[in-house]
Amino acid sequence: MNRIQQLFSKKQKQILSVYFTAGFPQLHDTVSIIELLEKHGVDMIEIGIPFSDPLADGNVIQHSSTVALANGMSLSVLFSQLEHIRKTVSIPLILMGYINPVLQFGVEKFCETCQSIGIDGVILPDLPLHEYTKEYKHIFEQYGIQNILLISPQTEESRIRMIDQQTQAFIYMVSSSSTTGTKSKFNDEQIHYFKRISSMNLQNPLLVGFGISNTETFAQVCEYTHGAIVGSACIKALEQPGTLEQNISTFVSSIKG
Amino acid sequence: MKFTTDEHGYYGKFGGAYIPELLYPNIKELEDNYIRIIESSDFQKEFISLLKDYVGRPSPLTYASRLSEKYNAHIYLKREDLNHTGSHKVNNTIGQILLAKALGKKRIIAETGAGQHGVATATVCALMGMQCTVHMGETDVKRQMPNVLRMKMLGATVIPAMSGNRTLKDAGNEAFRDWINNPTDTHYLLGSVVGPHPYPDMVARFQAIISEEIQWQLQEKTGKNLPDYVIACIGGGSNAMGAFYHFIEHESVQLIAVEAAGLGIHSGETAASIAKGTIGVIQGSKTMLMQTNDGQIIEPYSISAGLDYPGIGPAHAYLHDIGRTKVLDATDHESLQAAFELTRLEGIIPAIESAHALAALPKIQFNATDVVVVNISGRGDKDMDTYIAHMDKYC
Repeated sequence: MNRIQQLFSKKQKQILSVYFTAGFPQLHDTVSIIELLEKHGVDMIEIGIPFSDPLADGNVIQHSSTVALANGMSLSVLFSQLEHIRKTVSIPLILMGYINPVLQFGVEKFCETCQSIGIDGVILPDLPLHEYTKEYKHIFEQYGIQNILLISPQTEESRIRMIDQQTQAFIYMVSSSSTTGTKSKFNDEQIHYFKRISSMNLQNPLLVGFGISNTETFAQVCEYTHGAIVGSACIKALEQPGTLEQNISTFVSSIKG
Repeated sequence: MKFTTDEHGYYGKFGGAYIPELLYPNIKELEDNYIRIIESSDFQKEFISLLKDYVGRPSPLTYASRLSEKYNAHIYLKREDLNHTGSHKVNNTIGQILLAKALGKKRIIAETGAGQHGVATATVCALMGMQCTVHMGETDVKRQMPNVLRMKMLGATVIPAMSGNRTLKDAGNEAFRDWINNPTDTHYLLGSVVGPHPYPDMVARFQAIISEEIQWQLQEKTGKNLPDYVIACIGGGSNAMGAFYHFIEHESVQLIAVEAAGLGIHSGETAASIAKGTIGVIQGSKTMLMQTNDGQIIEPYSISAGLDYPGIGPAHAYLHDIGRTKVLDATDHESLQAAFELTRLEGIIPAIESAHALAALPKIQFNATDVVVVNISGRGDKDMDTYIAHMDKYC
């Protein structure tokens, strides 16, 4: 069982996974942010690899990527920062980013480095299912790296079942047809979508992302799924005056209550 | 003849559809339907009739006698500048608006650089009574103001893109984000042979009319339907793809694509994506692009907003890779020179984009009998501020 499966076998409800962009707000904050998120009770972390042209992201994550790149973040820098992360952190760690930096780094070298550091999974939103299974799946599997795929309210049932067969981690349910960003509340249509996917009895657990920013939205998705992924709200919190620890502690309470 | 992709949307190793899952249903809908719709007789009838009676096609093929004398060859100009809206872009917007209608879409979005595609999109939206939003980099909004005002007069909403260098690539990013947020009622009317499959192939099919006409026009004028050279500028590459399309299988025709070198291909201020690029993924397709070793996309530079793009259509990356096209480049300075030269020798003020194609003429050693076609992709009205600013130096 991989680290992500272990998490879901121990805890089926109220999973909180947090996304932040590596190299933001400061280049060398990465390790501290990961350690503090774990310390304050976050269950899983998605470490964002900044990209110059993040197509699926709203303003907040775009801005954090621009700052991180200006700070000098790159995939090589990130890997060197994470080299000893497993000495201090035990929760599942996922890298999330766009395909191009990974292609330039080399897909095999990327997976190999992830394995040696102790990265459990990868989310590459612009690597479609077909390209993944055709070109890269065997490499990901060779190094035991889970590729986590997204579904949206528009994804057809047959395709959701296909996606469910491709991973042993979780399914990233995008809450609505939108780029990343925060919302104050989910509407009936979205609740219906959460219920619909939940009743499909997929082999993988479900985490909902995009638009979760407070206790209310977190509680809403937890009612129907295994938990939530929060990104933009964390980035906003990291920009507040105050120490990283104060900001992270306040942020986690603002979601979990 | 059909120059097209394999079943997965690839030209050799270039192309594909690297899109977020959120856009999968949109792209799938297009992929499943575009050939069926385009090849239907209803579509063809309306497309051809609009190109003739609304756009004013066929666009003339003008023999440029003074330019021919200067470069010692028989030079013909394919006059896409004389199309309604002032460029080749309208061929594609007519095609896609009919496709969008057939798919039952209510709202159209587009990206634009120089504003030519934005104007061509706003125009067909007015014609068809569709809601229109055009994303345009804030830098381009400032340097192409006449086109911004034309789009507004035509009823489009122009949204300045505030990310990156605020140019064409950034406008494209915003258009994709708009589509992610409005997936069901909206058609993204992409303006070049770039982006995820099926856009490169679809846009190539709509622009192929350019080379189709060149063939019979040359036959009428010279008794042969194949030229020795076809020369076109490439930013994303739609006018070049249209001008090359029917000649690709005829190896005797030399296809010359001219990239924007900006201040020079080694200056660090350039948009020469093939000369300076490596293979990677940009805006949904695997192609040649300007990027750092770390895979970050490098912001391009060109005096021409329409060529100011760090990637290139995957078909062009492929044709260059297999040696079918020759890729040259032209700097800002060479292009300005070429624009003023055409104006004074032939009485035609070209778009600064098209001037890049003309700037290749002094770089090629022609034989006196060579038949050369240069695609004048657009007219220079929108570039008057740029030309006026450089007039003292070039006149």
